[in-house]
Amino acid sequence: MIDITTLTIATAHTHLINKDFFARDLAEAYLAEIKKTNGDINAYLEIYDDVLAQADNADKIIASGTATLLTGIPIALKDNLLITGKHVTSASKILEGYVAPYDATVVDKLKKEHVVFLGRTNMDEFAMGGSTENSAFGVTKNPLDMTRVAGGSSGGSAAVVAMNGALGALGSDTGGSVREPATFCGVVGLKPTYGGVSRHGLMAMGSSLDVIGPITKTVTDAEILFNAIKGQDMFDSTTYPDGQYPQNTNKKLVIGVPYHILEQEGIDQSVRDNFTESIKKLEQLGYEIQDISLPNIGYSLAVYYILMPAEVSSNLARFDGIKYGLHVDGDNLLQDYLKTRAQGFGPEVRRRILIGTYVLSAGYHDAYYNKAILLRQKISDEFAHAFQKVDAIVTPTTPTPSFKIGEKAHDPLSMYLADIFTVPANIVGIPAISIPSGMVTYEGSTLPVGLQIMAPHAHESVLFEISKKFLGE
Amino acid sequence: MITIKDIYHLADLARIKLEETEAEHITTEIDSILGYVGQIQGSGGDMRPEVPALHNVMRDDVVTNEKGQYTEALLHNAPLREGDYLKVKKIL
Repeated sequence: MIDITTLTIATAHTHLINKDFFARDLAEAYLAEIKKTNGDINAYLEIYDDVLAQADNADKIIASGTATLLTGIPIALKDNLLITGKHVTSASKILEGYVAPYDATVVDKLKKEHVVFLGRTNMDEFAMGGSTENSAFGVTKNPLDMTRVAGGSSGGSAAVVAMNGALGALGSDTGGSVREPATFCGVVGLKPTYGGVSRHGLMAMGSSLDVIGPITKTVTDAEILFNAIKGQDMFDSTTYPDGQYPQNTNKKLVIGVPYHILEQEGIDQSVRDNFTESIKKLEQLGYEIQDISLPNIGYSLAVYYILMPAEVSSNLARFDGIKYGLHVDGDNLLQDYLKTRAQGFGPEVRRRILIGTYVLSAGYHDAYYNKAILLRQKISDEFAHAFQKVDAIVTPTTPTPSFKIGEKAHDPLSMYLADIFTVPANIVGIPAISIPSGMVTYEGSTLPVGLQIMAPHAHESVLFEISKKFLGE
Repeated sequence: MITIKDIYHLADLARIKLEETEAEHITTEIDSILGYVGQIQGSGGDMRPEVPALHNVMRDDVVTNEKGQYTEALLHNAPLREGDYLKVKKIL
């Protein structure tokens, strides 16, 4: 019997190489665990029918001596990443039955390492949400407390890692969708630098913000997956080559804390206390802590909820009931569009399309979209300025631990406020990681909270170094 | 203040048919969200549009796949097809 509760990608790899067990045994252990727990948690939308065949193939590669760190490792994919011949729906009714015609670049890269793909994970429809409650296929429950949300939008990907349903998973992060669910489920979530990982084959939400990132149990595992999926790609012109950004050579890292953003309302005391302890721990580990100011960071969330819906309204215009997915028949072509999009999209997606249409419409474009673009530049400049003095910036990942299922479902704005610490990294395009920083008591439950670390463009190495020290890896 | 009439107009532009029951509460929700994001109007003065440091990177428009490689996989997803064409209602 394989004890999957203590297994990581790194240790599983050693076991596979040492022939302690085969990739097939490992895959079977995960399939058995998923069968036991997924019914209640609803983290997987589908388990692929060729898992054991993939594992057998991985075993051949291992036997031939050409295995990489990821060969035979069971991995889950968020339901917005294309994998040839399999259903991919972005948890939307409008794509029910859609079969991917090609592999996303990240999937192609992992296939070349002979990863074992277990299945596709639940998410908020088209990655719009912070709780997976916007999925057309039911909410994903938090494996640590089944009355609470797993977070979102990559809630399924975080939950499968937390419930031992995969050794790692890929998610996508537009405003916190990897980091927030990782925090809620007590695991590690990395949002790489914008352009660090190809978006080819990722269903687009906010194209100037989206990035694919790993969710894992350890920082070491996140680094392994990140190294496997990163790099320039001819199919995504926003990916950058090695050497695009100068690398930090500072020996002794200085960490900045924008204490002023902790003064705003809505941040739970348990999160503040935990954050204070995390800062103490970083000091004890030898890092110099500096109070920094990011004067316009408070506008980040408002900027985000203008730019993202604007991009959403353009990106989702392609779902017209003609090229793929759902088709609802009307009296004429226009009625086909109107009916298909009304029935195919859920309420949150429709809301964001309408907001995006509004902020881009004549008469409001300058006041909303153009102003938000200016502020985005301003916030980016302030981060660049801060990074002249510090090597990394830390904040809590979320203002509260995981909330109850249904608690915010009827108040979209209160749901948006959960993204307050995570959206700046997307607006600026810098890498950010969320790592578990302890358990707190919140509304009578014991729940995990996360520490977010941000670094300048292409400095994921700084995030890994600090995170590993923090977690004692 | 956004009105229900504005919402119907936006839904028309976005090609989404709104039911009356939904239009009312979506108006309230969007009004509160626009109220929140509208705070950017109050942001500070010295912002000028500048040429962004990032610029478009274009590659040569070269063929990256075999002829017909994806035809069947793509058309398989179409709700209505006729041979290798998508079938749509008349446009004009």
